[in-house]
Amino acid sequence: MGSILRIKKHPIIDFKDKKKILFYYNNKKMQGLEGDSIASALHVNGIKTLSHSLRFYRPRGFFCGIGKCSSCFMTVDDIPNVRTCILPLEENIRVLEQDRVGELPDKKFINRKRKKIDVDIVIVGSGPAGLMAAIAAAEQGVPSILLVDENHLIGGQLVKQTHKFFGSKGEKAGTRGIDIAVELMEQINSYKNIDFMLETTVVGCYNGKKNHKLIAVKRLRKGDQLFEINSKNVIFACGAMENMLVFPGNDLPGVYGAGGVQTLMNVYGVKPGKHVLMVGAGNVGLIVAYQLLQAGVNVDRVVEIMPKIGGYHVHAAKLRRCGVPIYTSHSIKEVYGNGKVEGAIVVKVDDNFQPITGTEQDVPCDTICIAVGLTPSIRLLEQIGAQTEFIPEAGGHVAVHDSSMQTNIHGVYVAGDSSGIEEASTAMIEGELAGISAAASLGYNKNARKLKQRCRKALVEFRSGPFGEKPRICNEKIASCWNGGINY
Amino acid sequence: MEVSTIKEYEKTGILSLKDLTLPTDKQLKKGVAIIECVQEIPCDPCVAICPVNAISMKDINALPEVDYNKCTGCKRCVGICPGLATFVVKVEDKKALITLPYEFLPIPKVGDNVTALDREGKTKGTAKVIKVNKSGKTTVVTIEVDKDLAMEVRNIKLD
Repeated sequence: MGSILRIKKHPIIDFKDKKKILFYYNNKKMQGLEGDSIASALHVNGIKTLSHSLRFYRPRGFFCGIGKCSSCFMTVDDIPNVRTCILPLEENIRVLEQDRVGELPDKKFINRKRKKIDVDIVIVGSGPAGLMAAIAAAEQGVPSILLVDENHLIGGQLVKQTHKFFGSKGEKAGTRGIDIAVELMEQINSYKNIDFMLETTVVGCYNGKKNHKLIAVKRLRKGDQLFEINSKNVIFACGAMENMLVFPGNDLPGVYGAGGVQTLMNVYGVKPGKHVLMVGAGNVGLIVAYQLLQAGVNVDRVVEIMPKIGGYHVHAAKLRRCGVPIYTSHSIKEVYGNGKVEGAIVVKVDDNFQPITGTEQDVPCDTICIAVGLTPSIRLLEQIGAQTEFIPEAGGHVAVHDSSMQTNIHGVYVAGDSSGIEEASTAMIEGELAGISAAASLGYNKNARKLKQRCRKALVEFRSGPFGEKPRICNEKIASCWNGGINY
Repeated sequence: MEVSTIKEYEKTGILSLKDLTLPTDKQLKKGVAIIECVQEIPCDPCVAICPVNAISMKDINALPEVDYNKCTGCKRCVGICPGLATFVVKVEDKKALITLPYEFLPIPKVGDNVTALDREGKTKGTAKVIKVNKSGKTTVVTIEVDKDLAMEVRNIKLD
């Protein structure tokens, strides 16, 4: 039953035998494994279409795989608009494709009685930045720190990074992201002053004089619980979302974000398909293409619209010596297929990125991975009133912040990709910096100056090479916004 | 766009020997590490792991420089390099031994005959597996190929 898509042996990840779980999809009995998300279990069962578009009723599959887009909305146990990509599979759960927007049931599914929590620092997002922020603040002695994350696993995107990280020894270079996630989690668990709430989505933020107020919903099996979190300081480490590319057929099930595919195979142990076309030769595209090979999936080629490979050469070299071609100055023209991806037309582009007629090539495939950059997730920051600016080098709109990662709202900090797209190593340092700064503002300022300087020095070092150009420009622009300087 | 300044490997992902600083024949006889890392990226675990300080970098973004006279070909850098870009090459009379990082299954066994691949993934005949070590989840494999393939073969394929 579709189990050909289940990864059984993997060179890096140990996918242990897991308990079988029975569930229902459109009243049909299906089987998944413990640890699956609803979407991964459906994928293994050959169900790629999770929803249909509102207007033209076009089939839609998942895209981001981490709960940031809305293409996997389904009705689960009578509750509509459930993000099936992040909801863990449960025994006898009833999953229905909903008719467009779904129907709100009479059933009461949120416990209206809110529970109040008071903390010193709340951190939204438990990726590399959020985890380091919590550890740094805990180390400084802040009495109560709360980490909130909407996923069911701690670690953000570290949990799917099976490659060894670059950097220096002090910053865990040579260690795989998945192992860093475990190390950080052990550290988090060793601090009594850090609490965490998983499967909890922050849905509202209010900026108060003394306290900031966050409204969050924790998903529970019997009636979700509403929380009101009052916190002196807030650190937003909400990460980023994958960009979409515009071409005919880009909404066919089988067109996925490269990061979404990475989650599917490295977290849930499910292959996206058999034959993949990767779009984008930045580090994400190159790394995910290589990891697809490691999972036993065929990668036809990587296409990149720029005249040169954007990611590190070493990542490109790994792919090339496995026989995967990289076509620079090439892009995707369209994807075709009946209800699902069956192939794509790629085309060479000229110096102005215009397709050159006659250079079209037909690439039969069942999966297209889109790796064309990320956009910072800043919605909560905007809601709380933080000043934002559009900075192309940061990946879009970002919250303006000072050199301690504090935004223009007192006590509200930002770190990691939501402060500008970069990578995990610098996200960890930024998180540390935000954690130390937030602690210091509450009076827990032991060696704060020295510690902050060390972080800033590490950031400058990391960004001083040619690949650090964008973050450097981004930082300069943010600094000039902060000083009330230029407007773009 | 200054297209003319783009290096060939930036277009293709494949290095040519001109992009590398190569050891002398004498140094190759001893067996030395060849680091195929040509871009300034913030990374230095190879420097930290080298037991004889043969690898140096001016700062974390600089290119690693191998002192081929100091290098003993101990292979520790092969397993630690996050970019899987480090190889140890030892040239003998007719054969060459190439040590390379490998992150696929199945794990090769000593004595296996495997397909040798170049930097483009093209088949370069058969190689014999001489040694297999583990460095974490990275397998460090030493293969034997014809001497003239010493600077060409950089990967293997198991059937």
